[in-house]
Amino acid sequence: MLVGLGVLALLMILSLAGVVVVGGIDVASLNAGHVVFALLASLMILSALGVILNRSPIRSALSLVVTLFLLAVTFVSLNAYVVAMLQVIVYAGAIMVLFLFVIMLLNLQEDRPAMARAGVRGAAAVVGSLFLLAAAHFVAHPLGGTQAAAALPAGFGSIEQLAENLFTRSLLAFEVTSILLLVAIVGAVVLAKRKLE
Amino acid sequence: MTLVPIHLYLILGAILFTIGCIGVLVRRNVIVIFMSIELMLNAVNLVFVAFSRHLQSTEGQVTVFFVMTVAAAEAAVGLAIIIAAFRNRETVNADELNFLRW
Amino acid sequence: MWIEVGIAAIKALVVILMVLSLAGVLGWVERKGSALIQDRVGANRASIFGVAAAGLVNTLMADPLKFLTKEDIIPARADRLLHTLAPCVNLFPVIVAFAALPIGDVLTIGGRVITLQAIPLNVGILYVLAMLSLGVYGVVLGGWASNDRFSLLGGIRGSAQMISYEIGMGLSVVAMVMTFGTLDLQAMVRAQGHLIGGWLPAWGILYQPLGFLIFLCCGIAESKRVPFDMPEGESELIAGYFTEYSGMKYLMFFMTDFAEVAVIAGLVTTLFFGGWQVPFLMSGGFHFPGGATLLLPQLLVVLLQVAAFMVKVLFFCWLQVLVRWTLPRLRYDQLMWFGWKGLLPLSLANVLATATIVLAIGAPV
Repeated sequence: MLVGLGVLALLMILSLAGVVVVGGIDVASLNAGHVVFALLASLMILSALGVILNRSPIRSALSLVVTLFLLAVTFVSLNAYVVAMLQVIVYAGAIMVLFLFVIMLLNLQEDRPAMARAGVRGAAAVVGSLFLLAAAHFVAHPLGGTQAAAALPAGFGSIEQLAENLFTRSLLAFEVTSILLLVAIVGAVVLAKRKLE
Repeated sequence: MTLVPIHLYLILGAILFTIGCIGVLVRRNVIVIFMSIELMLNAVNLVFVAFSRHLQSTEGQVTVFFVMTVAAAEAAVGLAIIIAAFRNRETVNADELNFLRW
Repeated sequence: MWIEVGIAAIKALVVILMVLSLAGVLGWVERKGSALIQDRVGANRASIFGVAAAGLVNTLMADPLKFLTKEDIIPARADRLLHTLAPCVNLFPVIVAFAALPIGDVLTIGGRVITLQAIPLNVGILYVLAMLSLGVYGVVLGGWASNDRFSLLGGIRGSAQMISYEIGMGLSVVAMVMTFGTLDLQAMVRAQGHLIGGWLPAWGILYQPLGFLIFLCCGIAESKRVPFDMPEGESELIAGYFTEYSGMKYLMFFMTDFAEVAVIAGLVTTLFFGGWQVPFLMSGGFHFPGGATLLLPQLLVVLLQVAAFMVKVLFFCWLQVLVRWTLPRLRYDQLMWFGWKGLLPLSLANVLATATIVLAIGAPV
């Protein structure tokens, strides 16, 4: 347990350092928000790496659940309370359960081999680094408005505001999405039937 | 809670998206590929919510709502396809699911 | 700022202690209650100096000691990490869900107003539903990680059952939310303090009797108790998804069972039976409809409210124990039929009827 605590402390310090360096934040003005973000970000990256690096699909799925839960916590820190709860209910509580179901039904053991051959791995590394270069661009030229006002309109991120937008401006998208869900249900039932009679 | 500058959220989203992208390209298990796609969708969700907070508009959260719904529908149908393919070939390795190759 | 952190920590500690002690006491209630129902004596063998204390010594002291000192067996080809993680993942969301329930109204100490709710959220009921839907993972992990086909079968059945009855639960909550116009649990309980016609406390069950029945059925199904306990069908699947567990981990699975009983009882109380509301008790004292008042100091009012909440929660825990030892078990296909073709259309009809009435004559609050 002491080893675990030590690892966690090291992770905290490293991630805080990363946030200070990458974010260009004055060390004197670090506060609880930055610390929480640093912790969440580092744990999220670690569990995302766990998704793609684990040999066993069940462990990948559980790493993804951890990532989704940490994302929900990040949403709460961004004042998006309803979206955070929906993330837990829909993503972590339903979609990932579906994934786990399928893995259990197909009784998938460890993947051998887990990854593609070296040529594909090299190409993936190139693609990944191209994208990260684009991200580094944001470090070099941070977007204006980083000192956005911390004061929010009252009721921001509450269900009333979300519902007001959904049922007035986005009503068409809402109805089309419900038809999409119906199509998905029918499609999944038809595809999973043993034989069509 | 005081505001973390937005480019930190963008970089975090980019890193998560890259990890998902590499997962799709490198892993051979179709279900793990699917999970990497979900990871990419979630990275996009994070960026949407971060912008919604910084620009103080609810539009980002509404978009996240729809992205989640579409991801649910896609996961259901995709996993049904995987189960149907498994019934035929007894494998979920993307290299061996090559029905349409000539 | 540190005072706020301290108050939040104390509230969280109170909730954890409350849930865990309720879970322990419910174990004793279950054994002695089942004995009463089945016309036998129940556990009374363990005693200290000849005092058996009606089975309390047995259930609350001897049994935990036995579980703590038993050998922890992990099956040979099981996934060690997941096997150890499953009981913890099972217990965590249940305790955290209980934390969102309001235990009392506000307590004013030295000018500081403390609301007696460990997690005051404006999306309270969504949060509780989210935590209950995370409870599926404990079952899935316990079933998979044991490398045993009985456990796997119990795990698959258990998780299928839980996600099926989540929908009915959510829809009956939707009808409740429409009636009160808010997702916040504390606001819902406060709204149930109004008096209809000047004398009848406006508890949720008067507005949503069908919703209460649906919610209670779905809640008992979520906690996988008889008559919905096919996943741990004792005579068919040995012990279902926790077959391969022994010692402390088994105790944690059992504690989760009773903690879920407490959470469902707490939810039913909060949504349908007025939460911490005592009829006619306002913040100053009793205000009876005839005009008579009985003024009470604020601390006494708060104590009465917390006591009312506990009494109601204990009543519904006892009700669930009674249901368990009275009804036979549903077969798995009957269980699925009941969830999808029975409760789901019923709760949809309930939502439709509630929406029509709310549009026609307006919400009560």
